[in-house]
Amino acid sequence: MLRFAVRRLISAVLVLFAVSVLTFLIFNVIPAGDPAVRMAGKVPTKPQVEAIREEWGFDDPIYVQYGTMMKKLFTGDTVSYFTQLNVVDEIIKGAPRTFALAIGAAVLSLLFGVILGVYGARHAGQWSDRAITLLAVLGLSLPVFWLGALMNHYLGFELGIFPNGGYVEFGESPTGWFWHLMLPWIALSFLFVGFYSRVLRSDILETENEDFVRTARAKGLTEKQVMNRHVLRNSLVPIITLWGLDFGFILGGGAILTEAVFNLQGVGQYAAESIEQLDQPVIMAVTLFGAFFIVLLNAVVDIVYAALDPRIRLEDARAP
Amino acid sequence: MSSEPGPLLQVEHLKTYFPIKSGVLIDREVGRVHAVDDVSFELGDGETLGLVGESGCGKTTLARTVTRLLQPSGGSVRFQGQDITELSQRKLRPVRREMQMVFQDPFSSLNPRRRVREIIGGPLRLHGASSSKADERSREILELVGLSGDHMDRYPHEFSGGMRQRIGIARALALSPKLVVLDEPVSALDVSIQAQIINLLDSIQDELGLSYLFVAHDLSVVRHVSDRIAVMYLGKIVELAAASELFEGPIHPYTLSLYSAVPVPDPKEGRARERIVLKGDVPNPSDPPAGCRFHTRCPVATEICSQEEPPLADYGGGHLAACHHPQSIGAARIKRASRSPASPESSARRLPAAGGAR
Amino acid sequence: MSAPLLSVEDLRVSFRTEEGVLQAVDGLSLELAAGEILAIVGESGCGKSVTAMSLMGLTRGANTKIEGRVKLGERDLVGASESELLGVRGAEIAMIFQNPMTSLDPVYRVGEQIAEQIRAHEDVSAEAARERSIELLGRVGIPHAESRVDAYPHEFSGGMRQRVMIAMALSCSPRVLIADEPTTALDVTIQAQILERVMELRREENAGVILITHDLGVVAEVADRVAVMYAGRIVEQGTLDQIFYDPGHPYTWGLLGSVTRLDRDRAGALPSIAGAPPSLIAPPQGCHFRPRCPHARGRCEQVPPLEQRDPKAAGHLDRCWLDLEAKRSLRQVEGGIGLAPAAEAQA
Repeated sequence: MLRFAVRRLISAVLVLFAVSVLTFLIFNVIPAGDPAVRMAGKVPTKPQVEAIREEWGFDDPIYVQYGTMMKKLFTGDTVSYFTQLNVVDEIIKGAPRTFALAIGAAVLSLLFGVILGVYGARHAGQWSDRAITLLAVLGLSLPVFWLGALMNHYLGFELGIFPNGGYVEFGESPTGWFWHLMLPWIALSFLFVGFYSRVLRSDILETENEDFVRTARAKGLTEKQVMNRHVLRNSLVPIITLWGLDFGFILGGGAILTEAVFNLQGVGQYAAESIEQLDQPVIMAVTLFGAFFIVLLNAVVDIVYAALDPRIRLEDARAP
Repeated sequence: MSSEPGPLLQVEHLKTYFPIKSGVLIDREVGRVHAVDDVSFELGDGETLGLVGESGCGKTTLARTVTRLLQPSGGSVRFQGQDITELSQRKLRPVRREMQMVFQDPFSSLNPRRRVREIIGGPLRLHGASSSKADERSREILELVGLSGDHMDRYPHEFSGGMRQRIGIARALALSPKLVVLDEPVSALDVSIQAQIINLLDSIQDELGLSYLFVAHDLSVVRHVSDRIAVMYLGKIVELAAASELFEGPIHPYTLSLYSAVPVPDPKEGRARERIVLKGDVPNPSDPPAGCRFHTRCPVATEICSQEEPPLADYGGGHLAACHHPQSIGAARIKRASRSPASPESSARRLPAAGGAR
Repeated sequence: MSAPLLSVEDLRVSFRTEEGVLQAVDGLSLELAAGEILAIVGESGCGKSVTAMSLMGLTRGANTKIEGRVKLGERDLVGASESELLGVRGAEIAMIFQNPMTSLDPVYRVGEQIAEQIRAHEDVSAEAARERSIELLGRVGIPHAESRVDAYPHEFSGGMRQRVMIAMALSCSPRVLIADEPTTALDVTIQAQILERVMELRREENAGVILITHDLGVVAEVADRVAVMYAGRIVEQGTLDQIFYDPGHPYTWGLLGSVTRLDRDRAGALPSIAGAPPSLIAPPQGCHFRPRCPHARGRCEQVPPLEQRDPKAAGHLDRCWLDLEAKRSLRQVEGGIGLAPAAEAQA
């Protein structure tokens, strides 16, 4: 376990470092990436550009620029090139919104993914299973910006059942908070429910054929006991893994489209705007923010995986 | 028949170790699985050497090391007089033509997306045959293994297990090898199909003068096909002898207990037979017992067995056994025994004393 | 024989598949007495495993049709409700399977898996069930049972896992034990250990054992009676000696002849059976062995009855039209029993 934790920590730091370097470098090679030119306004004059360049240190060697950037990031001093707002403050402002979206959608997608997956497997081949399959394919193929916009328009704007986008602080009004997040949760989890239910369904059908399930039946267990204790217990492992990784992705601001469609002003939306403007400090910060959660949840998934499947622990101790 | 001097295949002190790695930060090698641990044997032209032992004894690893599918950790493999232990993959290619493998599972060892034509003809084309030449040869080989040219355009899944194994054999024979290494070729098949495949292997050998290295856990099958048999336990050869001699006068207690554990398909003889049921499981090959590796399960082990590794003693007529307490033979033969050069380098000098037999 | 422990009458099991109806078991009848080991022998796909599973209703499903009667004492299990069967499975009829590596659930400790079965049938506390598991593990020869009870299946070798399976099967003292190829996946020295264990159990518990196997060596070693199955039917049935020394069905000759023997020197080619078993979706009309049998004649297009042919051999039944004398002369091949190839048989 110690060996596992230490290795995980080291690799996490390395990954984050690599992500930061790559993001930084990409910025320096893309055309129209020169921030000085962009900051100087619509009709930049050469002296203006030069002045900006010197002021912001854009003429320093690239590794010095990287060092400065990282230092400012970690001290919380970094500001946007365009809005001049403190990037860390902005992320802190957006994070609760992103987290609220992520947690709600994750709970919904796991819950319904499992329910529909089990139902589909138990009724495999019947019309109800086919209906779920259809729904799943819809969920997988409907882009969230389209589905979200549709929901927003009809349920929010036309019928007025739900608010038309936006976000309310939980402290301000818990019901308002809940109400505002309802549509984003549904829109975002629609995709994952489709995916998880499909994966779980086929995993269950596969596990049903395992020898140990036959053993369980031969022991005289009821169908429900066989299902819950043996089939589901084994089939849930891959789903939990996928779910954990997706959760990390959304926590890190990966649900950019959902955030933007419902105007939640979360980290994802902040990231989208900064990319539009090629706002380097912001992009660096949000990228690292996202990478951090992805790496973190990856580690958590590995630990949970070992807890769910005792065979993993041994492999870790014995190594390859 | 080849007129090469020396045996077709000569394996000397061959070792294959798999490292076990562990460590908090950087993987260190903390141990080794001694899968094949100092094994020597020879295989002549047209001869069949059977390799038996329980799972984990290293027989499959040995077969794969001999064919250089695995890289040996020590020792040497000479094929047709040429040392192939260190040959590069490129230089191995002409050798591979002459040395083919047939695997256990006819269901997974054939590519399901390839037609029989491609499975058999593929290696031919790889070695430079034209399409029409390859087809012609494939047809010939298919007929040799009891299938017909009509099967050329079918996929493996269209065949039963027995027929698939025939295809596997045909693929191995396509390049006219000198040596075919058969790794459990019939253990996945039903008895009646097993018999068909064994007969086929026999007749092909007679026709083409091939040598077989036949790896199997089923002693009866090995006895039926082999001229000589090597018994392996935990990476070492414990006994090697002509097939009939091995089971008529097994010298090593492990061979004896293996022999007695195989059920005889004859109720009366079975009832009359005395059985030795070995206790426990085969020990972990990453931490094999000191001295004689069999001493933890051996019914006749004494103190010396846990201290000294017995050498392979030659009891005459090519019958080798590594045991401090040789069974089934008289004092005179024990006295005449000499230390075989095939003995592991780590084994003791001392040969079993005649009085040590029981 | 007193009233049998288990009697199967005209069992028929068929599966609906995409290619058609697969008749896996086609009119199978047999009886099992307490303390007896009955071996069912046959090759893969002959229906022996389906028979075993069907005895406990484990093949039930939307696409399965099960007919006939399986009587355990006075009760018929084919017509029994699913909840009645739950009380039979694991408690009165227990089963051990072929592959010990995959027959235990990898995510639970072995003790938990044994206790689960005990608690499915008896109203005992978790501690009591655990105590029983330890005792059972000890009984089947697992060293340090008190600590091994908390190990996971992957921490056991194949032989040890099969012992765990046996411990589990014994946990509720079943009257019938079905062992489906219990040693096929194991090494010979471990096979010998497991077979000894099965024999001991039969002695200690006086349970009836149905041993399903393709290995005639194993049969010779442990069975009292033998039923030979081919393509869904029993083709021959009798005591161990009747089957091995006076076999009446050409398929049995073929099986006996094609076995490689350790106690015999290599004697030329093995007398093998040509061809492969038929499809059970469209089996040949009449005797199912007809297409592979060198002695087949016009009459074989009708199904021969499973009958006693030798008036002196009680309980020895076979399903072949040949008369007794013809059988005894035709099966002699090179001094042993075997199925002669067609050419030689006609000569």
